Amino acid sequence: MRNRIHYLLLLLAGIILSTQTFAQENLAAETPMRSNGKIYVVLAICITILLGLFIYLLSIDRKIKQIEDKQ
Amino acid sequence: MRKSWWKILAAVLLIYTFTAGFLIKVPLIGNLKETIRNLFFHVPMWFGQIILLTTSLVYSILYLRKPDLRRDIYASCFAKTGILMGILGLITGAIWATYTWGEPWSNDPKQIGVAIALLIYFAYLVLRNAITDIDKRAKISAVYNIFAYFIYLPLIMILPRLVESLHPGGKGVEGNPGLNGADLDATMRLVFWPAVIGWTLLGTWITTLNIRIYLIRDKNLLNAK
Repeated sequence: MRNRIHYLLLLLAGIILSTQTFAQENLAAETPMRSNGKIYVVLAICITILLGLFIYLLSIDRKIKQIEDKQ
Repeated sequence: MRKSWWKILAAVLLIYTFTAGFLIKVPLIGNLKETIRNLFFHVPMWFGQIILLTTSLVYSILYLRKPDLRRDIYASCFAKTGILMGILGLITGAIWATYTWGEPWSNDPKQIGVAIALLIYFAYLVLRNAITDIDKRAKISAVYNIFAYFIYLPLIMILPRLVESLHPGGKGVEGNPGLNGADLDATMRLVFWPAVIGWTLLGTWITTLNIRIYLIRDKNLLNAK
């Protein structure tokens, strides 16, 4: 378990580092969808939906776990 | 939460996909324009869907090797999540097509192939519900599932390559129907493949929830064996 968490942290670090390089390229990019700067609103909404779904899945998971423990 | 690390991984990878998928710079190709970003959402979900259906196939084969009702539950739950993702993939594909091919349904061979395949998998669900004898149901649906999978793969992988297709990889077009090498540059790959893993893990999570419910519901049957 501990090892796996280490791998996960490593992966996270890698992902964060790679987004850094994306961010640098972003400065030069000026495409129609982003030119007004409001694409971040869409991103925020999509992330919210995604998080909501994950939290819901988590709660279902917990409920099933409770029932399993009662068995 | 049971064995939680891969569930966290699923969340991390998908949040990363969504963030990077919206924000990175993408090559502008033809009339795709910004919709090429669908390669981070629509396409990896299809990849995950195929992986889920393949898992379902494996459990069906395992069931036929050794009839254990658990394997039947596993196979059916993986197929159900695969069907759900297939429906979502068909809808998102139609939305994408509206803005790039001009209409939601242009009788593209891959669209037709997937529609037929989904109907075959719907029949799988109907078939399961139609048989009341649980052992018979498990055996017949395992055989049907194997049949369905080997119809499904040619319909979406082989036939679209043999004829002219709007999807990449049709006749006379270079590349793979799923991901055209030239369309996907190095940074896009860094988002695409984590997305595939993320969607697969999310699908697996949903599937395991369903499996656990069935295992509890049918525990008397399972223990009787």
